[in-house]
Amino acid sequence: MLIIILRRLLQAVMVLLFVALISFLIFRFVGNPVESLLGQEATVAQRAALENALGLNDPIYEQYANFVWRALQFDFGNSYRGALPVAELIALRLPATLELAITSAIFAVIFGVITGIYTAINRGSMMTNFILSTSLVGVSLPTFLIGVLLIWLFSVELNWLPSFGRGEVVDLGWWTTGYLTVSGLKSLILPSITLGLYQMTLIMRLTRAEMLEVLRQDYIRLAVALGQSKRQVYFFHALPNILIPVITITGLQLGSVIAFAIITETVFQWPGVGLLFINAVYFVDIPVMSAYLLLVGFAFVVINLVVDLLYLLIDPRLRDGQLRKEV
Amino acid sequence: MLKHLLVSAAILSVSLTSASAETIRWARAGDSITMDPHAQNEGPTHTLSHQIYDSLLQRDMAGSIIPSLATEWAALPNNPSVWRFKLRQGVTFHDGAKFDSEDVVFSLNRAKADGSEMKELLSSVKEVRAVDAYTVDIETNGANPLLVNNLTNMFIMDKGWSESNNVMTPHDVAKGETNFATMNTNGTGAFMLVSRAVDEKTVLKANPNYWGKDIYPNQVTEIIYTPIQSSATRVAALLSGEVDLIQDVPVQDLGRVESSSGLKLATAAQNRVIFLGVDTANGPTADLRVRQAMNIAINRDSIKKVVMRGQSDPTGVIMPPFVNGWTEDLNKYPKYDVKMAKDLMAQAGYSNGFDIVLNCPNDRYVNDEAICQAVVGMMAQIGINVTLDAKPKAQHFPIAKGGESDFYMLGWGVPTFDSHYIFNFLVHTQTENRGSWNPTGYSNADVDAMIVSLESETDLAKRDATIAKIWAEIQKAQMYLPIHNQVLNWGMRDNIEFDVQPEDQPHFQFLKFK
Repeated sequence: MLIIILRRLLQAVMVLLFVALISFLIFRFVGNPVESLLGQEATVAQRAALENALGLNDPIYEQYANFVWRALQFDFGNSYRGALPVAELIALRLPATLELAITSAIFAVIFGVITGIYTAINRGSMMTNFILSTSLVGVSLPTFLIGVLLIWLFSVELNWLPSFGRGEVVDLGWWTTGYLTVSGLKSLILPSITLGLYQMTLIMRLTRAEMLEVLRQDYIRLAVALGQSKRQVYFFHALPNILIPVITITGLQLGSVIAFAIITETVFQWPGVGLLFINAVYFVDIPVMSAYLLLVGFAFVVINLVVDLLYLLIDPRLRDGQLRKEV
Repeated sequence: MLKHLLVSAAILSVSLTSASAETIRWARAGDSITMDPHAQNEGPTHTLSHQIYDSLLQRDMAGSIIPSLATEWAALPNNPSVWRFKLRQGVTFHDGAKFDSEDVVFSLNRAKADGSEMKELLSSVKEVRAVDAYTVDIETNGANPLLVNNLTNMFIMDKGWSESNNVMTPHDVAKGETNFATMNTNGTGAFMLVSRAVDEKTVLKANPNYWGKDIYPNQVTEIIYTPIQSSATRVAALLSGEVDLIQDVPVQDLGRVESSSGLKLATAAQNRVIFLGVDTANGPTADLRVRQAMNIAINRDSIKKVVMRGQSDPTGVIMPPFVNGWTEDLNKYPKYDVKMAKDLMAQAGYSNGFDIVLNCPNDRYVNDEAICQAVVGMMAQIGINVTLDAKPKAQHFPIAKGGESDFYMLGWGVPTFDSHYIFNFLVHTQTENRGSWNPTGYSNADVDAMIVSLESETDLAKRDATIAKIWAEIQKAQMYLPIHNQVLNWGMRDNIEFDVQPEDQPHFQFLKFK
């Protein structure tokens, strides 16, 4: 068991080192930060001096080793643009992204499960067909278009909800939250729907498929035959059995929700890490870009690792099989 | 605890919704980079600083220089390399400290210090001296008739405040430094900083002790500034009434803003010219006739009509109309003439055309990539087979100025409003300190000498004559093919009276409500 865990951890570290290498290489060669730093009035001599100061003339492997060593100490250097430590910048922006991701995940799970169950129970009804076909639209439309459409409808035409920003936030010192003000909550609605729509559709389809599968099982038929109420059959016998795969998928998707937030944050001017990253790309702010990529890579690796380990814990077959091979 | 938070949040939201009609909610694409007024030389940063800090003199909403913290200025009659500035009396900083010559001397030296991005603008300054409490002399290395043009974004800080907060020098952005002044301010300007969250929201309120209270309208009591990057969202925010004024209205949405009730569009020529640079040293374009052919093969009118939807002023010179040296004659652009262009190509021995790559940015100027696409089609008509290589500005600029490109797009703004700025960067032979944006290979020792002479020529008539001579040389050499001057559009509520400033810098003390 311990060996398996260690091996998984080692794999995770290798993956992260590789992510670090890629993020380092891509961004190192994707443009020259010196241009954006110096502006149009700079002379040739100033440019050369700055390149030296930033260490851009050191050998590549040396730059990479430095990069990894500092990243291990959470030192991603200072942002070229904002002149603040990158770790501090990200910590400042993380609450916005996490609140958005959590809200949209909750939205996706609740509506996904409800509509999934509904469409499984009421097969072939008008409403079901409507939900299924609109959900196809939700999957096929790109996120930015959905965001712009929602803004157009709910902000410009109906004037119900704000089109950008987080509204008023309450600063708790280590965390800023939009959950405690009316405008903060209103601001969360459109971005959360935009970000969560795809996940919602996914969860809905998964719930529906699992539900249909479970409803065919003998124990459900038995329960029906025993004369239990429909509600009891659906919610006490069927539902618990479909939740495990749904929760797994939701967990795995949380990583991509954080990563996909880039587009939603840009459309809604949501001051999270995704927007920070986009700004960094425009400005060729290498420290911020690398740190962001590492952060997302790290989130994915950790989530996958946790899921892997949970499986081991839950499913004894996996555990035993692996152990026997080791011996 | 939670209850307490809820209550304070509720109070906060009430106080915010009850903001009076004099609040202006203002959005543009990008945020200021730092509040330290000398650490960056960049448009959005200066624009925000201008609300809080004052310079000795400033440009008004029409772009002309007007007094600010200095009331009078002139070069000393007996010594043209010394400029004397009379300072405004009775001005206080936001914290109550008195403004006098000591602060000016301190601030200008701070702007000259290492780490300052403003220091190039003061490179000719030898010494700044306080003559008395309200008089300052600036001595330059040789006469510098253009000194005042370089001072319009040179902000004045309080010496005492800077000392007590340890911000005696600007933070060096390149070294990743930061200091107290990055997020805190103490200026003499019309507005005081209330709160700031970078890239999110900055709130300013009117300075009750502002020296210009009786000079300018000063009707705005609060500014809420939010950068909104996505242009669709920015326009939506204006249309839905969440903001009152936006800069950077995208060309395709102009009609929509204009036709919405309660909104209006203000338009003015921008201080930025868009043009194509051509390699004059190597390849087919080294032949002047080829460059002439390319120049008349560009149909500027159709670029204006089709690509820019009318939002541009075609031009025949790489100089916006505000700049000293600009004339009606230079601005005239050549007639679009494919036949003559073909003749010129044939004379140069390229009747079968040639292949060339056009390097173009795709996120810097208005419709930059679309303009380049149009140019590709126009060049094809005279047999030049152009491959378009459009890249984000971060990749484009190193290629364009590094001399790797034979054909590239560039835009140029002229913050000093003088031709010398264009010559120094775009025309002078590329050397360590000059010509950093002239990768065309154009090099003319006479022109170089004339450019340098402009820096110390105090006889303005003679200086203007030299400028005209240099322009004549440039128009002859045609290493740049001018396309147009960009047009600025601001969208706003129709109860706002506000002119579009040619530097794209709103100064809110000038804003009036109807």
